[in-house]
Amino acid sequence: MAATTRISGIGGGGQPATRTVAPDLRAQKSWRRTKSGIMQWLMGASIVVALLPVIFVVITVIGKGASSVFTGFPKFLTAAIPNQERKVGPGMGPAVVGTLLITALATAIAVPLGILGAVYLHEYGGRSPFAKVVRFLSNVMTGVPSIVMGLFIYVIFTLNFGYSGLGGALALAFLMLPIIIRSVEVMLKLVPTSLREASYALGTSKSRTVLTVVLPSALPGVISGCLLAVARAAGETAPLLFTIFTVNQTNRNVFSGANTTLSRQIFSNALSSLSGAQGRAWGAALTLLAIAFLFTIIARIASARFSAKR
Amino acid sequence: MAITTAPKLTRRPTPADSTFRYMCLGAGVLVLIVLGLITYTMTTKSWDAVSHMGLSFFTDKHWDIANQHYGALSYIFGTLYSATIAILLAVPLSLGIALFTTQVAPLWLKRPITYLIDLLAVVPSVVWGLWGALVLAAPIRTFFNHIHDIFKDVPVLGTIFGAAQGKSFSTAGIILAVMIIPIITSLSREVMETVPPTDREGALALGATRWEMIKGTVLPHSRTGIIGAVMLGLGRAMGETIAAALVIGGAAQISSNAFASGDSLPAVIANQWSEADTLQKSALIGLAMTLFAMTLIVNLIANSVVNRSERRRAV
Repeated sequence: MAATTRISGIGGGGQPATRTVAPDLRAQKSWRRTKSGIMQWLMGASIVVALLPVIFVVITVIGKGASSVFTGFPKFLTAAIPNQERKVGPGMGPAVVGTLLITALATAIAVPLGILGAVYLHEYGGRSPFAKVVRFLSNVMTGVPSIVMGLFIYVIFTLNFGYSGLGGALALAFLMLPIIIRSVEVMLKLVPTSLREASYALGTSKSRTVLTVVLPSALPGVISGCLLAVARAAGETAPLLFTIFTVNQTNRNVFSGANTTLSRQIFSNALSSLSGAQGRAWGAALTLLAIAFLFTIIARIASARFSAKR
Repeated sequence: MAITTAPKLTRRPTPADSTFRYMCLGAGVLVLIVLGLITYTMTTKSWDAVSHMGLSFFTDKHWDIANQHYGALSYIFGTLYSATIAILLAVPLSLGIALFTTQVAPLWLKRPITYLIDLLAVVPSVVWGLWGALVLAAPIRTFFNHIHDIFKDVPVLGTIFGAAQGKSFSTAGIILAVMIIPIITSLSREVMETVPPTDREGALALGATRWEMIKGTVLPHSRTGIIGAVMLGLGRAMGETIAAALVIGGAAQISSNAFASGDSLPAVIANQWSEADTLQKSALIGLAMTLFAMTLIVNLIANSVVNRSERRRAV
């Protein structure tokens, strides 16, 4: 063993005066060290293995989607979807409009509710039993499959009011809600209690303290959490199958009539064997990926500024 | 706030103050209402089909639309099988990544790795599905068939690694694994970061190698948290719809062959919904209810486990 050889190297001999060369205290080669090295290499390798698929996907989507998107730019992003799958060429206009409108509406519903919910959990509920139940079930709600959420909205909303962008937005909003609650609560925890106390000391009411002191100081973190939720919602497909149906013409009215999104179009075109439809699917995938990455990058910048400020 | 002994120093609540308080409470209660309503609507709307089939809705493996015979068992099997494959692939990789980031990587490398792994979660599931169906399916079939050739004469492994399809349980498992790696990694990383530095330094000072230190201090300390993280990943893998719908193959069968085509609960719902009549829609909602119940159980256990490990750490 390495340790024993080292010790005998130091203590052995019995004639320290004659020693001129310092003992070699560096780790000896042994199977234990080799094994440790192998395990560390495997850990590093697992990062590479996990990243390979995402690299492949991004390269493929850019390679196959760029020609669709950039031929006669920006026609792909504005032109209507061809009525026949076998038609080659643009576009995805209605889907771009639908994605932006429905995601925006979902954000407008989910963000205020999510922030209020998080404020309840952290500022009012705290460790009370009821708040614990809400917190626990909110975490459980994060795991509700998106398709179940879609069917839920179908049953309570779409069956009564028909297909509309609003139905899709509701489903997305309920998927975003627990994510936002969780991330905002984490951010509220980071706000120092002394800030709240200072505000109370000035005679400020609790609601004013929350709205004008606590939330503003947590703002970049809150924005970052919300944007990550938005990036996820923009790519959701399953809940939209039941709530917005699909159309080939632009529908700017999110509150009534069938609508369509990029994700919905990718799903239906991916099942097609025709090159025209597949080309549009790749183009839509590139557009969607760009939107998702954009939101994520902005969120990262916001959170980096937030942590730099702390 | 938890303060109970200190005198209330805040002003008496004004009407605006109370209103705000109730708005916050309302948003919290909304979570409970939504979960309750999901349970209620899924149960009532699937009642037609479930009462039509009786208990055999869950135990029968035949899904025969023409004869209005709906048995969900092969889809339940497909959901569990593809999710299991995903877990088997994702857990070692996620733990490797989490250990590397927390125990091995130099400080400056931690953040870039975290960002890169989070990119896996940024790619929407429909894009993974599109890639899996149009790009991955063909070469992966050749690869699976190579594995099949190696193991076909081995007794048990021969039935698991059978003749391959491009769209199969394993193809779905691979895609699902990639999609759940970020969540398992980030949760395991969080618990691993809470291992007391004194434990780690103590192990190293006693002459342990880095791997022995990890085995002796990091893994035992974060075991509960890791189990919770894996179960949350399992719940995600079971509920993932669109990617599975595009790459699992769409064949209702129970087969031990991991390379055979199958189908999962969410995939069936997504693929059959648009052409379903009333009773079939009810049956599909029955599948959703089954899926909801399965993921709910997994998530309840996972969150309890995570909570317990957090409480133990807080003490």
